[in-house]
Amino acid sequence: MIPSAFDYVKAATVDEAVAALAEAGEDAKVLGGGQSLLPVLRLRLNAPTVLVDVSGIDEMRSVADEGGSLLIGAAVTTYEVMNDAGIKASVPLLAQTAGLVADPAIRHRGTFGGSCTHADPAGDLPTVARALDAEFVIAGPGGRRTVGASDFFVDYFTTAVGPDEVLVGVRVPKLDGWGAHYEKFHRTAQAWAIVGVAAAVKVEGGSITGARIALTNVGPTPVRASSVEAALVGGPATVEAITAAAQNAADGTSPTSDTHAAADFRTHLAKVLTGRAVAKAAGL
Amino acid sequence: MTSTVERTDGAAIGRSDRRKEDGRLLTGRTNWTDNIQLPGTLHMATLRSSVAHARITRIDTSAAAAAEGVFAVYTGADFPDLLGTTCVWPVTDDIKTATMPAICSDKVSFAGDVVAIVLATEKYLAVDALDLIDVDYEPLPAVVDMEKALEAGSTNVHEDFGTNQCFTMNVPWGDYAAAKAKADVVVTRRFINQRLIPSPMEPRSVVAAPMGMSDEITIWTSTQIPHVLRVLLALLTGINENNLRVVAPDVGGGFGAKLQINREEVLSVVLAKKLGRPIKWTEGRSEHMVSTHHGRDQIQDIEIAATSDGTILGLKVDLKADMGAYLQIITPGTPLLGMFMYSGIYKMDALDFTCTGVYTNKTPTDAYRGAGRPEATYAIERIVDELAHELGMEPLELRKKNWIKHEEFPYTQIAGLTYDTGNYEAATARAVELFGYDELRAEQAARRASGDKVQLGIGISTFTEMCGLAPSRTLGALKYAAGGWEHCTIRVTPTGKVELVTGTSPHGQGHETAWSQIASDIIGIPVEDIEVVHGDTGRAPYGMDTYGSRSLAVGGQAIKAAGERVVEKARLMAAHQLEVSPDDIEFSHGTFSVKGDPEKSTTIQAVAWAAFTAHNIPDDMEPMLAGESTVDPQDFSYPHGTHLAAMEVDTETGMVTLRKYVAVDDCGVQVNPMIVEGQVHGGLAQGIAQAMFEGALYDADGNLLTASMGEYLLPSASDLPSFITDRTVTPSTTHPLGTKGIGEAGTIASTPAIINGVVDALRPLGVNDVFMPASPQNVWRAIQTAQNGGAA
Repeated sequence: MIPSAFDYVKAATVDEAVAALAEAGEDAKVLGGGQSLLPVLRLRLNAPTVLVDVSGIDEMRSVADEGGSLLIGAAVTTYEVMNDAGIKASVPLLAQTAGLVADPAIRHRGTFGGSCTHADPAGDLPTVARALDAEFVIAGPGGRRTVGASDFFVDYFTTAVGPDEVLVGVRVPKLDGWGAHYEKFHRTAQAWAIVGVAAAVKVEGGSITGARIALTNVGPTPVRASSVEAALVGGPATVEAITAAAQNAADGTSPTSDTHAAADFRTHLAKVLTGRAVAKAAGL
Repeated sequence: MTSTVERTDGAAIGRSDRRKEDGRLLTGRTNWTDNIQLPGTLHMATLRSSVAHARITRIDTSAAAAAEGVFAVYTGADFPDLLGTTCVWPVTDDIKTATMPAICSDKVSFAGDVVAIVLATEKYLAVDALDLIDVDYEPLPAVVDMEKALEAGSTNVHEDFGTNQCFTMNVPWGDYAAAKAKADVVVTRRFINQRLIPSPMEPRSVVAAPMGMSDEITIWTSTQIPHVLRVLLALLTGINENNLRVVAPDVGGGFGAKLQINREEVLSVVLAKKLGRPIKWTEGRSEHMVSTHHGRDQIQDIEIAATSDGTILGLKVDLKADMGAYLQIITPGTPLLGMFMYSGIYKMDALDFTCTGVYTNKTPTDAYRGAGRPEATYAIERIVDELAHELGMEPLELRKKNWIKHEEFPYTQIAGLTYDTGNYEAATARAVELFGYDELRAEQAARRASGDKVQLGIGISTFTEMCGLAPSRTLGALKYAAGGWEHCTIRVTPTGKVELVTGTSPHGQGHETAWSQIASDIIGIPVEDIEVVHGDTGRAPYGMDTYGSRSLAVGGQAIKAAGERVVEKARLMAAHQLEVSPDDIEFSHGTFSVKGDPEKSTTIQAVAWAAFTAHNIPDDMEPMLAGESTVDPQDFSYPHGTHLAAMEVDTETGMVTLRKYVAVDDCGVQVNPMIVEGQVHGGLAQGIAQAMFEGALYDADGNLLTASMGEYLLPSASDLPSFITDRTVTPSTTHPLGTKGIGEAGTIASTPAIINGVVDALRPLGVNDVFMPASPQNVWRAIQTAQNGGAA
């Protein structure tokens, strides 16, 4: 298929992008790497009249070390997230997960910010952002604001970013001394996650002292597995304890059925994969 | 691992030459149909039905007709009598043939049926205008399930038939009831060969253009069958065949999907003639998935009867085959192509075969790599494993007990085919060795004993197939409308180069290289001096094209015969010039020399020049050096092999992993072992994909749920292991080159190997079948069902 006609604006700065959106009205869309938006256009599921391309905005193309956190530009590509020395050192969970997104061609074009704002419930990177309590820096006509991950992901393909706003960057906390793992369950290398689990745990003296866990594709947004976290923290870092805690993984999920998996199978997978993700994060 | 052979005797056959065609194919510096741009082209876009079954009550094209760039909008009312395709294989006398209109006028029969077309000056504008066409549908119940379709009271896809039964064919070979009466063990299973969507890299594309002041229309189309298509286009459009030239430019894959005549081709030709302008149409991938014919889709009820010592007595096969909404070129014949192969490599006293074709409101089915034979092979190889389980026998031992022994060839099997050659013992022994069969069985036992959550299964497939369709009189007896011959013309040009004109039509197979190798050995001219001409009815007027692993098996014979005629004539010329009797001439590697006086010689190139000048040729000889041949094959050819798969199954998640795959194939003499290797690899990927990844799914309303590659999963290289391959060589005795087919073998063999492996892994859990594809969910459900007391 081929898309309907649209106008194209290449923004050089965040202010230019915001101004272009304001001028275009609500039928405008922000174009990052185009790996989600272009298929939508080509399948004619949406027909925006203006695309505002933010992929060349310098501020959005860099990774800044802020001490306790990294501010990752929204237009940093998945491939760059995968290979950035700072991210690999301080947020290895994010770098590992980026390496599991789609295929090399898509990773080279697609962006971290684009994945988060597209907010596909099967997306991997939003789940990591949710697990790590990332913060989203959003620019709009009224200036900039910061939204936490728990408020950022609103519904299927819906985030806190308004139609006149641009996601500028994502602030991700460093988790020194934590172990982490993303367990992606999918049928082919390029396929979306049927279920994914992002897990970060801190193990001290044989006990789990911290846990951050979120799940992919078991609800309209990434689902934080709070009851698993609660069951883990303070308990022993053993496979048995982790497997028992993982039985809570379905809490708060609302999985749907599709051609790859029915809801009951997703619920089952959530428990099994959460156990495996946490065990690997804990080095077991 | 490859078994490339480097020859030291100077022969080209058997040498792994690099493919001549790959430079242009890999760089894309060639003519794919969609690259062809002609001045004045009108681009065609198709409006497809969004519903599976409905009456069209109103269609308003006025807004679309008035849109920017739109030249015309046509509906079914504009072409009331034009058919979009034709079925050349009416398999029974009482078959009910549902014809596909070029454009639907009163009702639609599947989601994807064409209700209108737009012609515009640009492709984008044509597609934009589709959105402006307003169609009102009066929905009818969709017929989706084959068994429900056959129930009394079902909605009928075609009301005038009064039934959804397209045909039923029963062929009893031997007396199955008598065989069953003698049996100690009878095993019945229902296997589902799911619907698949053939997915060549290049989608369908066609350009039809009137040529200058002549009446000729040239059709460039991404097809496997330019010659057959030319005949069928003439029959459907009424245009004199002499005014139709069909060109298959470089074609990016087919797998049977381009063994077809499509409504878009028919419409393009008719409109090009009507309007006097080039018409161009190229489908998108999603359009391909709903509108290009699908493959497989059979319910297989299989029963096998055996004695307690494992002697197979008979097999009963009852198929329901989904035709989809209409019959296309060989829709009803496709399941019957497997009819003769249900006994596989095994001896038995009876085979009772029944097949019922069923209409549904789905995309028509037709040939897909293997076409009928994968279904047959799946059924026999799966049921033999089930029988082994019932008898408590090692599945390889059961196979050995029943297969045709190498000293028994030629062997006429139960369905009347005579297998000329085969050596199942040799292929199996080699496969077992490469696989490390005993070690893997030991590991399997250990995992079972420890209750490992990842179980190991070993899948076996000892297959044969029939390819190289076929002696023409056999095809006639089967009610197939065409013959099975093939043509080749070899012309040696004045400067000693060769133009080899073949009637085969490659779309990735490497014919230009392999045909050059064959011809080079026969006429003694180097492969680099041989140009292979194909796929253009203007330059290669005679041919039956490429499908069914026929190109080498049949076309190769024509090359050999044509080449020998060239040499025969050249020998007379050489004898004349060397002033000796033709009987005193020896020919080797392009040189004619006098027996006993090798200094006295000439070359075939010199002879070609002399034949061109014709200054000094024998009195009764015509100038120029050429030979041609049209060959009807003596019989099918029967490649075979043994494939083994080690499958790991995660019993907690249902995830299946293919750990190791060994394929030992016997395709007789290999012209180019590297090309054989490529065919095996691609074939394996495709057959494994059916077992593990692919499957077309419809909802209850007849909507295709797997209409994009997000839902319809194709494996990539990263999803498959490195295959371990080897070949045994048992030359065919019915084919002059000793060759057999190899284009489909990997696909035919691998699907049952994978599923047998998955089921073998899960036997301890009580599982005896897994629906394809063996997706995590299907495997998990099979485990759940078995654990809850019932078999899957």
